Amino acid sequence: MSSPTKQHDSWWKEGVGKVLTTVSASILILTTLAIIYFIASKGLATFFSNGVSLVEFLIGTEWNPEGAPGQFGALPFILGSFIVTVGSALLAAPLGIGTAIFMTEISPRIGQKVMQPVIELLVGIPSVVYGFIGLSVLIPFLRNSFGGVGFSILAGILVLTVMILPTITSLSVDAVKRVPRDLKEASLALGATRWQTIWNIIVLRSSLPGLLMAIILGMARAFGEALAVQMVIGNTTAIPKSLLSPSNTLTSGITLNMGNTIPGSAYNNALWSMGLLLLIMTLIFILLIRWISKRGQA
Amino acid sequence: MFLMKKAFIFLLAILTTFAVTGCGGNEAPGGAEGTAPNQPEQGAGGSILISGSTALQPLVEQAADVYMSSHAGSTIQVQGGGSGTGLSQVAEGTVQIGNSDIFAEEKEGIDASQLVDHKVAVVGIAAAVNPNVVVDNLTSQQLIDIFTGKITNWKDVGGDDVKVTLVNRPKSSGTRATFIQFGLKGQEEAEGVTQDSSGTVRKIINETPGAIGYLAFSYIDGKTVKGISLDGEAPTAENVTNNKYPIWAYEHMYTKGEPTGLTKDFIDFMMTEEIQQGTVSQLGYIPVTSMKVQRDAAGNVK
Repeated sequence: MSSPTKQHDSWWKEGVGKVLTTVSASILILTTLAIIYFIASKGLATFFSNGVSLVEFLIGTEWNPEGAPGQFGALPFILGSFIVTVGSALLAAPLGIGTAIFMTEISPRIGQKVMQPVIELLVGIPSVVYGFIGLSVLIPFLRNSFGGVGFSILAGILVLTVMILPTITSLSVDAVKRVPRDLKEASLALGATRWQTIWNIIVLRSSLPGLLMAIILGMARAFGEALAVQMVIGNTTAIPKSLLSPSNTLTSGITLNMGNTIPGSAYNNALWSMGLLLLIMTLIFILLIRWISKRGQA
Repeated sequence: MFLMKKAFIFLLAILTTFAVTGCGGNEAPGGAEGTAPNQPEQGAGGSILISGSTALQPLVEQAADVYMSSHAGSTIQVQGGGSGTGLSQVAEGTVQIGNSDIFAEEKEGIDASQLVDHKVAVVGIAAAVNPNVVVDNLTSQQLIDIFTGKITNWKDVGGDDVKVTLVNRPKSSGTRATFIQFGLKGQEEAEGVTQDSSGTVRKIINETPGAIGYLAFSYIDGKTVKGISLDGEAPTAENVTNNKYPIWAYEHMYTKGEPTGLTKDFIDFMMTEEIQQGTVSQLGYIPVTSMKVQRDAAGNVK
């Protein structure tokens, strides 16, 4: 009944920590690999087992997988996803970066006390709530202002803008905060005005990679968002004619049809292919971010 | 470096979102697989799992509650997931009963020969319009022309000068399949605003001037949306029972092979007068026992 020595005790504690963290990390990696493998095997079956041509899938405009013969042109979904993503990034980037500069450079006190909690609150609102507000407030507003049905790309862009704004803002705040103090002080000492310092030194020089990263992460979130967009975009599978026409996205195409299709059927596989496309796009976003952050460090 | 870390946390969140949206269709029952008893025989007690059609789900849930309150020891779990999910899961043996809005024969990728069909209710589907649309009746041809996009203004069918707005269901929807087969005589509808949930479809029709879509009778209340008569026949339960109003479909409960034990007992219970004339009618379905005609998978009426 000898008690363990001190050395043994510490070895035991160290060992537990090592095992726990290694197991957690391996589970995460395994899960990610399993998901990628699963989506890829299902998504590629469309092209290998069902004989759909990749070209038709990527640039075809007719989507009727249950027709005879089935048509698998997913371009309306792809185009819709890209338009809402780019559109919301164009709106949210200036707003988010502007807010970030206000919070860090103009009025850190208000930034800390008011803006920070507001942004955290915005992050915490579930996407279904954004979608429901969009459906109940934004759609009637758009219908009364511009006519038509209200369900439109514009509605999707506006809802996504609000959703990705906190992401872009909080990451931009980090980027702006990391600008060294001496750089700012040197700029001011040389006689630059406050705005000249902010614009030329902070935005265009020091924090540009960080700001770009913030925008790309916002875009990645917009690209993958399903529920809120599905509620306001109208889900019309056709090439949109204007910002006011209803459209569709890859994510809402998947969520609306997944439960009604039979696993293994060409239709179901085509939905997986759309999922694979989303995954590939996310990988591209990741690569872009790594590339930018490397350049920022150099 | 700090930024990089934060960046990866966000990306991780996005990946998780994919996992959820991507797998929603088939992974939902993943947890159920463990709990679903795969033993071939269920006694009077035991438990069964039902999944599938969301249109049929409220009825089966309520019937299961009634059943369980009088049969202590039996557990019946009812899940949604959509008709495709229900059919594929019952074929796989993951669930004991698969609910479906359409015949298994109509779904690509399902071996219908091994499934046994139990028709437990009938659901009527009406063309529903915004309450401000003055038109009350359409001929079959007018309905087809509206939904295929040939008629784009209500004034062409005797209404006001208001643009027609189509509200559709997703391509894979059972309601859509029924409406196309019996309302549009098989013609594909033109693209319109698309939503899956009946509640959302009703909300859109109610709020959009000149909107037309299709909804189960239980969603037609005359106030928020108005049901349209077809060739002079109103969308009522009575007109469905004698097939004067043709747009209707069976609600199916499929089993793999002939049901036994609790599964059989529950399906028999669904067909009792208590459920058929009580719960079924109360929830806006039409009792299958009231039907004066029968229809097969190919759509032939007897």
